[in-house]
Amino acid sequence: MPEQLAFALEVTANGLMAGVLYALVALGFVLIYKASGIFNYAQGVMALFAALTLAGIIDGQVPFSHLINAVFGTDVHYFGWNAPAFLAILLTMVVMIGLAYAVQRLVFRHLVGQEPIILFMATIGLAYFLEGVGDLMWGSDIKSIDVGLPQGINTWIDDTTFNSLGYGFFIDNLDIVASIIAALLVIILVMFAQYTKQGRAMRAVADDHQAALSVGVSLNFIWILVWSLAGFVALVAGIMWGTKSGVQFSLSLIALKALPVLMLGGFTSIPGAIVGGLIIGVGEKLFEFLIGAPFLGGATENWFAYMLALIFLVFRPQGLFGEKIIERV
Amino acid sequence: MNDLADGYVTADGRQIGPVVMEMKNITLRFGGVEAIKDISFDIRQGEIRAIIGPNGAGKSSMLNVISGFYVPQDGEVWYQGSRRAPMKPYEVAQQGIARTFQNIALFEGMSVLDNVMTGRLTNMKIGMFWQSIWKGKAEREETENREVAEKIIDFLEIQAIRKTPVSRLSYGLKKRVELARALAAEPSILLLDEPMAGMNVEEKEDMSRFILDVNDEFGTTIALIEHDMGVVMDLSDRVVVMDYGKKIGDGTPHEVRNNQDVIDAYLGVAHD
Repeated sequence: MPEQLAFALEVTANGLMAGVLYALVALGFVLIYKASGIFNYAQGVMALFAALTLAGIIDGQVPFSHLINAVFGTDVHYFGWNAPAFLAILLTMVVMIGLAYAVQRLVFRHLVGQEPIILFMATIGLAYFLEGVGDLMWGSDIKSIDVGLPQGINTWIDDTTFNSLGYGFFIDNLDIVASIIAALLVIILVMFAQYTKQGRAMRAVADDHQAALSVGVSLNFIWILVWSLAGFVALVAGIMWGTKSGVQFSLSLIALKALPVLMLGGFTSIPGAIVGGLIIGVGEKLFEFLIGAPFLGGATENWFAYMLALIFLVFRPQGLFGEKIIERV
Repeated sequence: MNDLADGYVTADGRQIGPVVMEMKNITLRFGGVEAIKDISFDIRQGEIRAIIGPNGAGKSSMLNVISGFYVPQDGEVWYQGSRRAPMKPYEVAQQGIARTFQNIALFEGMSVLDNVMTGRLTNMKIGMFWQSIWKGKAEREETENREVAEKIIDFLEIQAIRKTPVSRLSYGLKKRVELARALAAEPSILLLDEPMAGMNVEEKEDMSRFILDVNDEFGTTIALIEHDMGVVMDLSDRVVVMDYGKKIGDGTPHEVRNNQDVIDAYLGVAHD
């Protein structure tokens, strides 16, 4: 097999795995958008906040330590223990559920029935607020997360491909684990939405608020539920990205990559988010490999996704799977 | 007839039970407009109770008061022997009052079966933890509820479209699916907001038959709104007539038909 083709295959495999992570972030957007019509700009910051909280709990950091020290003149920074990863993840999830409750209770409950643009602005405010709270709680230094996920080159794949193709694929163990977890999460979420009582209620709210009320569904409960689920998705994305490249502000920017994913997949479709994520992941890696690096001087990964999204907006504004916009006269 | 505390027997021999819901002096205002003015009436166990009146008489507002979508400024709602505190529509639904909508509010993206299953939500008690695991208790509950849903689908003769997305159905079928969803809750009171609106004669006959069958088969108490006088007179046991937010008549179809105020409201009369 020619080396070029093998290399292209490797690039595709890496692209698929990056795509799964994009899909994961996009999924957080879709969940909230479907159930409440809110485009949650804060999704990326939620991932950052979740990762910060997780790192802080594992390290046994005292939350708001700077504030406490400044007000009371104390000098506390650490509790002096390290939480086991599993417990820390559970605790972080509790924090994310609390956040979902607070967001619904304090912000969106008062904005029911407002224009979408106002809801959107509220999420921008939420993003900045959450970013500030994250800093205040856990400090602004770069942290690393280690919850025991394997890292480094997968030697089995390297050996196997080298023996059969004469070219060893470089694939990171973390990417493999991340894509398996993300794929599982997507399957679980789809099953939950499709086959459980709460899932059915969630879809009901997404479809028609009045009708949902008439069959005994509490809108408030469902909204807290979807914000919690989005918080959970953010936590998983935060762990993956945090492990890969450290917990820092740029983590919140991965959410921007979810935007072209959503334009491709449609804002209302869970399968769309998955397929859109994969297309963007593979697309940007292959484009860089085939066209970008040899002809355009590289670094096309930064803008390829947005260009693809722009093309989609022109020719198929509802996305691949989005609900078709039909206007009746 | 209203003075019979424990019920009465209809002309066709059905036993009607005691009062399940009583509206006492309900007044509803939107800003300066009084949509409902001091109206009282009751609904008895097992009867088909109609609320009729010309357009804008306040019928739908009345139904929205019963189902909790509107909260009246004055008056009391008594349900199953106790006064009902103001509550949210979903809480009313959880108490066993199901409804349909004049303009059809179905979950368009879901299949007919899924729509009917949402009607079972209030009857499914198992918590989110077991729901997420799904095996065991949750699965059993799902199966039981599925059986009820299927029974109702059979009863309303919509088996053929069980898996069809609602958005593809005709208007008449959508109305029937909405009835199925409301019925799936096994409600103690079923509220129907203009079940026959926009239907052709054949569809109206079908719907009338289903309403009678539901009442007969399940003993469901039904309160319905309609402005087609002919249909209402054939269906209902007792009728409330509203005009400009006021109650102008209350009694059997026969009594109402001979009520001078009602005749005036429907045929029009020079007010002096």
